[in-house]
Amino acid sequence: MNKQMTTAQMVAQLRDGMTLGIGGWGPRRKPMALIREILRSELKDLTIVAYGGADVGMLCAAGKVKKLVFAFVSLDFIPLEPYFRKARQEASIEIMEIDEGMLLLGLRAAAMGVPFLPTAVGLGTDVLRHNPQIKLVSSPYADGKDWVAMPALALDAALVHVDRADTRGVCQISGPDHYMDDLFVRAARHTYVTCDQLVEGDYFHSAPERAHQVFWERNLTTAVAHVPGGAHPSSCAPLYGFDVAHFKTYVASAQAEQGWPDYVAQFVTCTHEQYLERIGGLAAIRQLPLPVF
Amino acid sequence: MTTPATPYSLAELLICAAAEAWRNDGEVLATGIGVIPRLAASLSMLSSNPQLLMTDSEAYMVAEPVPLGARNGYQVKRDSWMGFSRIFDNVWGGRRHALVGPIQIDRFGQANISCIGDYAKPKAQMLGVRGFPGNSISHANSFFVPSHNRRVFVEGEVDMVSSVGYNPARLARGWSLDDIDIRLIVTDLCVLDFLGPQRQMRVRSLHPGVSLDEVLDNTGFALHVADNCPTTAAPDAAQLRLIQRLDPHNLRASQLKDNPPGQRTAR
Repeated sequence: MNKQMTTAQMVAQLRDGMTLGIGGWGPRRKPMALIREILRSELKDLTIVAYGGADVGMLCAAGKVKKLVFAFVSLDFIPLEPYFRKARQEASIEIMEIDEGMLLLGLRAAAMGVPFLPTAVGLGTDVLRHNPQIKLVSSPYADGKDWVAMPALALDAALVHVDRADTRGVCQISGPDHYMDDLFVRAARHTYVTCDQLVEGDYFHSAPERAHQVFWERNLTTAVAHVPGGAHPSSCAPLYGFDVAHFKTYVASAQAEQGWPDYVAQFVTCTHEQYLERIGGLAAIRQLPLPVF
Repeated sequence: MTTPATPYSLAELLICAAAEAWRNDGEVLATGIGVIPRLAASLSMLSSNPQLLMTDSEAYMVAEPVPLGARNGYQVKRDSWMGFSRIFDNVWGGRRHALVGPIQIDRFGQANISCIGDYAKPKAQMLGVRGFPGNSISHANSFFVPSHNRRVFVEGEVDMVSSVGYNPARLARGWSLDDIDIRLIVTDLCVLDFLGPQRQMRVRSLHPGVSLDEVLDNTGFALHVADNCPTTAAPDAAQLRLIQRLDPHNLRASQLKDNPPGQRTAR
């Protein structure tokens, strides 16, 4: 069993109009090499579901996004994501703006194969007013209350980046948080994983305590691509932090005439190996300090 | 009023005023988003409410608040893992009190961090609703407002109701205003709460040297004002020492424009 693929092969399996979930959180552990592969492709009309960072911003800038399902889009240390803002302020994307926990529940509902999960989250807010497709249900039990029926967010594909995987699709996240990656994977028909390190299956057996760092079963992993530094400019703790300087360049590009085409020419229209050279090499990525919160 | 022994900044005053939010909360998770709110939660855990729980703002529960900025050898005292997915388990269980910074607040205590202007085509897109809807229906919340003005305290409703407030018109069937728990609003001018008649927003205390008129002029709706509105308590020396320990790099000094003193001089 060998699930290894290139990111180009992965993107070739995606289709226009698909709903894609992207793992990670804000500027943390985003499958950015895979996002750049999508930016280079002809894919369009995507529905993107994400705890968004520059992944969402770049897809918006490139006109790939038809609809965005989100609770926030932020680079954390730079709170406002410039290309997402632009897309919203120009009304160029459809949106489903929901609470962070509603997004979690929507993924979980899809993972469970149920049409919705009941929750109090969203009650009394404009999340319900702006998303009339999200219905309330009456409790069949003694509480007698109405609850939000958070609909399942089924994904055609989940895209995630992990620090380690083997070719069978066993994926390990040794950083402090796996975020909602496991739920994205479980909500998706197919999961495409990029990894910083591709290891032999034996690797996992040599350190059994690391079994706790595997958050989904390998039969949920469709394919694995070995992409060292593949989360850059987002972080992949404990291997590297996010690239503050690069994010600043990216954010500044949004203010410049021809800023996005220039960014694309410099950092997107190239192979991953060329990308690594242009940002100073893999060694430079691995030196990026972990963020202190 | 007595003059405190040590001069203090407005940021320090706000940290101490906001720390009061957790005093009677018992054993809940205290979350402060941003430098001043986080220092307020940290200060409370070290003084008014040692039972509080906090995280390292990343993925672990800690036994004592983590000082801000570069650690310089400080070892974080991790109690347990607390990744984002588990945070929601805690939120929905209700044993949390968050201090967050909305961009707009209305008379109901409804708050906005999503966007300004027309929702279909916003004038200014901000973060998105984040966890505000879930926080506000699940547990206690307080707000921090670094600049008290009518753009924040809006007339009418906020542009995008991201967190639920005491607005009877928005209650779902079976729910009551008792299911909502908004505590304090700490601004650069005063402390507000919802202890006016019928949960009307009330001036709880005015910061030293701030007039009631200034607060009313900078608020887009009517506030309840009790007779003899007190002055916000000045930080004491012990609090200032704790704040210094929690913020050794003095990040608090860059949070408010020009880092004004806490005791205002006449304008």
